[in-house]
Amino acid sequence: MRSSTIRAWSWVHTWSSLISTLFLLMLCITGLPLVFTHEIEHWLLDETWAPANPDGERLDLDQVLDAALSRHPGEVPAFMSFDTDRPVVNVTSQAPDAPAGVYTFQPIDQTSGEAAPLVAGHPVMEFILQLHTDMFLGLPGMLFLGLMGLMLVAAVVSGVVLYAPFMRRLPFGTVRQERSARTRWLDWHNLAGITTVAWVLVVGGTGVVNTLAVPIIAHWKDTALADLAAAYSAPVALDERASLDAAVERAKAALPGRQLQFVAFPGSDYSTDNHYAVFFHGDTPLTTHLTTPALIDARTGELAAVSPMPWYVKALSLSQPLHFGDYGGLGLKIVWAILDVITIVILVSGLYLWVVRRRRAP
Amino acid sequence: MSRADLSLWRIFRIPLLLVALSLTGLIGALLDNGLWDGLGAALLAATLVIATAAWVRRRRSRSH
Repeated sequence: MRSSTIRAWSWVHTWSSLISTLFLLMLCITGLPLVFTHEIEHWLLDETWAPANPDGERLDLDQVLDAALSRHPGEVPAFMSFDTDRPVVNVTSQAPDAPAGVYTFQPIDQTSGEAAPLVAGHPVMEFILQLHTDMFLGLPGMLFLGLMGLMLVAAVVSGVVLYAPFMRRLPFGTVRQERSARTRWLDWHNLAGITTVAWVLVVGGTGVVNTLAVPIIAHWKDTALADLAAAYSAPVALDERASLDAAVERAKAALPGRQLQFVAFPGSDYSTDNHYAVFFHGDTPLTTHLTTPALIDARTGELAAVSPMPWYVKALSLSQPLHFGDYGGLGLKIVWAILDVITIVILVSGLYLWVVRRRRAP
Repeated sequence: MSRADLSLWRIFRIPLLLVALSLTGLIGALLDNGLWDGLGAALLAATLVIATAAWVRRRRSRSH
């Protein structure tokens, strides 16, 4: 490689890293506990709980919804989701004047209509997650972190290119212990960086895709649901809605053999102003992560459409497990955490190398 | 240390192996459950074991 070429790549590596290091460090440090969210919340929220009437009849979904909304009069339902290991239905609602993203979340015992304890969403973990996702700055914060993720990709790619001239006389694994601290740390930085390159690119790349979740879902709504949205001129009012329970049953009949995941109510981010969007996922390891909605006309309760997700929503769906590392059991999470710590070492050693070199420069 | 420069293949053959192991582990665990969950974690961990083993070996051969 010519020395001018090396200088150019070195410039890319230095600046893409310097701009993003502080944010990437924040992401790595907050990401570490987030890998174990499930385990930590299980520990923080541990509470023995049994449904009020384990053998009794379950309330239907309309009754559950009424029970939840009666505790927060005036709120509008946004989402409903279903716990898999206990008879609990989670209702997410929003006050009409609430700022975007501020919701009321209520787990409801489906055997009694009473409140059930939270098993997820502990305030400490929510705080860390929010910091990791958008730094409490909403969509601009998310997109900014996405840009930092792109900087990371540039830093990794330029780092791999520079690995060749740096290692042209050093076999893989060499750390020159006898040399100065700077040389020793350069060797550690190179060895750790080249060893974790695939994982960092996958986690970084899927992280960037996840920062685009809001525009991706908005685009899907504007295109795939456009025809359905055009069917009515005014949003469906709360008192003109057909039975939710019947709507979910109708959706299940349209997509047999799939697992019910959640319902998006009319007017929410995942539906039109006039439909219940009932989302299902498959039951194979891969299709668990992929959802398909059946849209039910909220006035008539009739099936309006089954709308398979376009490729870009599928890409978003698959980016989530690949970013979170929560799809392969505790063993995978532990490896995820180790790689995260190694990434912190790479970031800090890179910063150190830059500082030392600058100090030496005339 | 050899005097001649190493070829690109010599420089990148182990890193390429590590990329292949990592991607197989990452994607394998996503496509299948059960055995693949453990295997995915093991393949990813293997990259760290290989790098550590290479470091230990280089350290020994350089100290002689």
